Amino acid sequence: MAVVGMGGTLLTLGIMALLIHLVTVFLPPANDKEDKP
Amino acid sequence: MSEALWGGFLALTEGMRDLALNGGPSIIMIAVACVMFYLAIAKGVEPLLLLPIAFGCLLVNLPLSEMMGAEGTLRTLYNMGIANELFPLLIFVGIGSMTDFSPLLANPKLLLFGAAGQLGIFLTLLLALGLGFSKSEAVSVAAIGACDGPTVIYVSNLFAEKGQIPAAMVGALAVAAYSYMALVPIIQPPIMRLLTTKKERAVKMPSPKGRVSKAALMVFPIVVVALTGIVAPKGLPLMGMIMLGNFLKVSGVVPRLSAAAENEIANVSTLFLGLAIGGTMAGPQFLTRETLMVFGLGFVAITTDTVGGILLGKIWYKLSGGKVNPLVGAAGISAYPMAARIVQVEGQRWNKHNFLLMHAMAANTGGQIGSVMAAAIMLSVLKGLGIL
Repeated sequence: MAVVGMGGTLLTLGIMALLIHLVTVFLPPANDKEDKP
Repeated sequence: MSEALWGGFLALTEGMRDLALNGGPSIIMIAVACVMFYLAIAKGVEPLLLLPIAFGCLLVNLPLSEMMGAEGTLRTLYNMGIANELFPLLIFVGIGSMTDFSPLLANPKLLLFGAAGQLGIFLTLLLALGLGFSKSEAVSVAAIGACDGPTVIYVSNLFAEKGQIPAAMVGALAVAAYSYMALVPIIQPPIMRLLTTKKERAVKMPSPKGRVSKAALMVFPIVVVALTGIVAPKGLPLMGMIMLGNFLKVSGVVPRLSAAAENEIANVSTLFLGLAIGGTMAGPQFLTRETLMVFGLGFVAITTDTVGGILLGKIWYKLSGGKVNPLVGAAGISAYPMAARIVQVEGQRWNKHNFLLMHAMAANTGGQIGSVMAAAIMLSVLKGLGIL
């Protein structure tokens, strides 16, 4: 249970990190006024 | 006449007699409430939560108190928002609204620290099972490693409402979780120094250059919720509420709702949740061997969370050729923004020109998501095992 839990958490967050990265790549900041650092 | 006077006298002193005859555990718990008052007021230890919890604890332990009886005020609050997990979820809407995920979006790979920072949950789970706790109790205790009070209350109450763990254990778990969260500034720095070298602690990380668009900030909560729903639907209420709060904020079109989530909803829910949790701390049910073990295991959970984050940081340091400061890994827990501030202070202690805050904030918000995801995955695994 613990191994599946830790493995599942790592894997899911890894996928999530990848998806977030893709989101930021495909939705880049349009201009400086709209951007957030 | 004398009988009436005597009867009246007996009625007025009934509480004192009850306290003297049966009040041992209650007196101890009243003392515990006073310690919590002291910590919250004099030491500033999580006062938002500890103060109402301590007051609830005091109310329920006074002699002949009916506050937690079938019609009692605290019982009503408990039934309104703890028994059905409503209060922790409402607090999550507020947390989501207060959290700025843009440092994480600027550097998404730091989300992995948020996964490593959950190591304590799973190590504690193994330890609790080894110590003879049932699966439901072990998962509830392990949830303290989430460093997140509402998550602990939500998870443990799922079992309490099915009678798989005693209701008093929910109170013990909540107090342990909030106490250890408050102790993070004391617990983390020695572990950080123990596991890293001076050279590693002094690594200077450049400020993140990436900027994040408003569209990305808005898509982010949708992506997180969708992924949670697919992978671990049992945790969707937790993740759904935190992301709802964040979505209200980043959409920018409902400032009133966002402000209400951040202030009124979170404040009222916190007050009621604290009082109701304090109400579960009646001496005879609370003072058990299991409660002591909960506090011991909770400490293990919190410390091993930090160890997990730093160990991943050390691996990352090696793989990156010394470009990643392993201290950032310590921020991969849910104690937000406290853990990030500790990393910043500790990093500057060893290199005055170091500015780790934005990286630590990214790891810290990753820890928030990681803790909820870890809880969600555990709940889904338990459902798969037929326990939930």
